[in-house]
Amino acid sequence: MEFLKQSFELLEKRELAPKVTLYRVLAPQVAKARKAGQFVIVRVCEGSERIPLTIADADPVSGSVTLVVQEVGSSTARMAKVPVGGCFADLLGPLGAPTHVAKMGTVVCVGGGIGIAPVHPIAQAMKAAGNRVIGVLAARNTGLLFFREEMRKACDEVRVWTDDGSDGKKGLATDAIREIQAEGPIATVIAIGPVPMMKFVSKLTRELGIPTQVSLNPVMVDGTGMCGGCRVSVGGKAKFVCVDGPEFDGHQVDFDELSRRQAIYKEDERHAMERLQKEVR
Amino acid sequence: MAPTIAPVPKDLKARFKTLRQDMPNQDPIARGKNFQEVALGFDAEAAKLEAYRCIYCKEPDCVNGCPVGIDIPGFLHEVEKGDFSSALGILKSTNLLPAVCGRVCPQEEQCESLCKTGKSKGNKPVAIGRVERFLADWERAGGVAKPQEVAPATGKKVAVVGSGPAGLACAADLARAGHDVVIFEAFHKPGGVLVYGIPEFRLPKKIVADEIAALEKMGVEIVCNFAVGLTATLEQLQEAFDAIFVATGAGLPYFMDLPGENLGGIYSANEYLTRVNLMGAFDPDHNDTPVVRGKNVVVVGGGNVAMDAARTALRLGAEKVRLVYRRSHDEMPARGEEIEHAEEEGIDFTLLTTPVRYLGDDKGRVVGVECRRMELGEPGPDGRRKPVEVAGSEHQYPADVVVVAIGNGPNPLVPRTTPQLETKKGKIVAKDDSGRTSMKGVFAGGDIVLGAATVILAMGAGRKAAASMNEYLATGAW
Ligand SMILES: Cc1cc2nc3c(=O)[nH]c(=O)nc-3n(C[C@H](O)[C@H](O)[C@H](O)COP(=O)(O)OP(=O)(O)OC[C@H]3O[C@@H](n4cnc5c(N)ncnc54)[C@H](O)[C@@H]3O)c2cc1C
Ligand SMILES: Cc1cc2nc3c(=O)[nH]c(=O)nc-3n(C[C@H](O)[C@H](O)[C@H](O)COP(=O)(O)OP(=O)(O)OC[C@H]3O[C@@H](n4cnc5c(N)ncnc54)[C@H](O)[C@@H]3O)c2cc1C
Ligand code: SF4
Ligand code: SF4
Ligand code: FES
Repeated sequence: MEFLKQSFELLEKRELAPKVTLYRVLAPQVAKARKAGQFVIVRVCEGSERIPLTIADADPVSGSVTLVVQEVGSSTARMAKVPVGGCFADLLGPLGAPTHVAKMGTVVCVGGGIGIAPVHPIAQAMKAAGNRVIGVLAARNTGLLFFREEMRKACDEVRVWTDDGSDGKKGLATDAIREIQAEGPIATVIAIGPVPMMKFVSKLTRELGIPTQVSLNPVMVDGTGMCGGCRVSVGGKAKFVCVDGPEFDGHQVDFDELSRRQAIYKEDERHAMERLQKEVR
Repeated sequence: MAPTIAPVPKDLKARFKTLRQDMPNQDPIARGKNFQEVALGFDAEAAKLEAYRCIYCKEPDCVNGCPVGIDIPGFLHEVEKGDFSSALGILKSTNLLPAVCGRVCPQEEQCESLCKTGKSKGNKPVAIGRVERFLADWERAGGVAKPQEVAPATGKKVAVVGSGPAGLACAADLARAGHDVVIFEAFHKPGGVLVYGIPEFRLPKKIVADEIAALEKMGVEIVCNFAVGLTATLEQLQEAFDAIFVATGAGLPYFMDLPGENLGGIYSANEYLTRVNLMGAFDPDHNDTPVVRGKNVVVVGGGNVAMDAARTALRLGAEKVRLVYRRSHDEMPARGEEIEHAEEEGIDFTLLTTPVRYLGDDKGRVVGVECRRMELGEPGPDGRRKPVEVAGSEHQYPADVVVVAIGNGPNPLVPRTTPQLETKKGKIVAKDDSGRTSMKGVFAGGDIVLGAATVILAMGAGRKAAASMNEYLATGAW
């Protein structure tokens, strides 16, 4: 095996929905080593932040990893400016503990909004382990949905739910779970998406007694356990999401604390955006 | 190296009478607002005068005080004569990073604590560290920088995991011996604590960058963005390399598990310093990574790391920086010079005090710290008097930023992903000075073996491991 300096060339770039872009990046060692549920840390260019992004797919043959990124601030906006053939300055991974994959029965994989991307590799792995996998794609409206084909391939069945009913059934991820539960027992739920969605799904599944894994997205710096910036309370204990997670038992997570920690840097994030806009002009 | 014995000088009196040279510092008020280096260094005259204070002891105790046994009287003798180039040769034959060690070594506890000049009545020890720093800076300023000689290629491939002082020193010696060396570093920039931990105002990053550039010139390849244990396992590296040195440091931050510790604005020292030093949060016009800039900053701890955090907070614009430490002034583990500098800059030392919980607002941001006073009780097993809490002494300080600097544990990444590697309390077990671990061909050294220690010990461990790796690569004997 060769272990050389890597250059993280952008091989493919595709818009999946407004402000949601798929990036296929050259990173052969990461592509080879990664397992479902793991993520990378990307630093787009000199001066930009180190941001965590889930590995949505990987191809060890071409040595590439796929990231699906929602543009929400300066780093993700900088990312959108990198052309195919250009490079990300840095990419570290695979990070985090892989998803615990086992044969359990019916597994429901819920992807809410941008969370569809990280749930995809988990659905693949759960299916490969012999589970019956039901994918739930949930979004505010039809324009925000993506990866429909990919999820169909990864799951036994895919159901679409939108808040406004513009696609699939009208309702929330929790409604989807109730519907599936009414049809037969669910062995486990995996829910990835915005914090409120994960919070309410966990609340429901606790009532229904269904084990639930969620994937948390706190602010990170190193991604290797060296700073503690990513800590969240799980079962009343502080955990480092980058090494102890990112997946945790949804019934134990303090979601409100996570939301508050995510909002610490609102002002600074605005400043970073303004700096970017100045550069562009 | 055996110390050179210079002739015992005849002018002992004159030497003893020469005063320890002062090293100029930036003005305390001005420097509290900038990140430039605080200590400005000796000039050639001061360095020569300082060297003249050495009496060339037949049995130089100073050398025993230096963890790597530098030939101190040997290089001082050359400095006294004004032959800086020869002095550097002697210094660098043992200390690969004199510009770094001359700045950050706890000299007053090591070489200088045993200096005989310092033991003579009313006198202070020779400022060995400052002379080292002078020599290194003189070389950097265009003195003589002799290119490093590299032995003919051996065809052996060696991996070094971690690019802190231990890894850098080991890589340099291995490259000099003609091996093919690759350093793997998890961060996007090499240097370890020297770049992400120790602030610019104590150790300019240009110095570290130059040392790394010199290594690359010797043919060492540095692969950043590579976390051994995750990007590839140690076992996988074993297949590709003839020997491996693990120097992954003590990067695991400890917290105290107090109520409210997860409030916004409460940082580990690692996170706080990494955001500022490595990610450049002190300069938001060029860097996106943010850090909360507090008006009232409380730093918990009394070591070098706590001093660095407190002085960093001041430079980020804090109006009041309070250092809360549970023992008294004398027990503070930080270097004397750092404590002095912090005091001069106006850091408030709140001693014999410990935090018990943190108070937050409705947005989940810290607004205050509740503390309890401490008393020193009976001496504990380490001989230090144990602090005990005084019941009913609760009181509060306002705080919009808190930095927890109570220590770091060994980095768990490699041990956790390498089950066959023997560890003790999280530290990798190295058999002896050679750095041999329980895995054939795998050596370890620096903070990952010693626990959080010092730059010079890490560098020394890297060099000793390199020597035993050379032997192993030549003979194959384990
Ligand atoms: C394990 C993990 C996996 C993730 N996977 C994906 C993914 O696959 N696709 C995707 O679009 N997003 C993902 N995210 C979220 C993504 O990291 C953030 O959207 C991104 O960092 C925003 O950066 P920005 O500079 O563009 O926005 P900013 O304006 O800086 O921030 C917008 C919001 O993003 C969050 N954020 C900011 N900086 C960081 C940081 N350094 N680390 C983490 N969050 C931060 C904050 O909550 C902030 O309020 C993941 C997060 C984690 C922790
Ligand atoms: C803020 C601060 C101030 C200090 N001040 C002083 C001082 O004044 N004087 C003094 O003598 N000492 C001081 N120290 C201590 C000194 O810096 C350390 O003892 C020394 O750096 C240890 O060197 P090292 O090479 O063992 O590890 P480090 O310098 O910790 O380097 C380890 C490197 O390995 C990398 N790494 C970790 N895991 C992996 C992995 N799995 N794969 C790849 N790379 C990995 C890390 O990212 C890091 O870059 C200070 C420490 C801190 C934190
Ligand atoms: S390396 Fe440190 S301990 Fe050794 S002589 Fe230099 S300053 Fe003193
Ligand atoms: S102990 Fe002091 S005086 Fe003696 S050789 Fe060492 S530096 Fe010189
Ligand atoms: S991101 Fe630093 S410890 Fe998790």
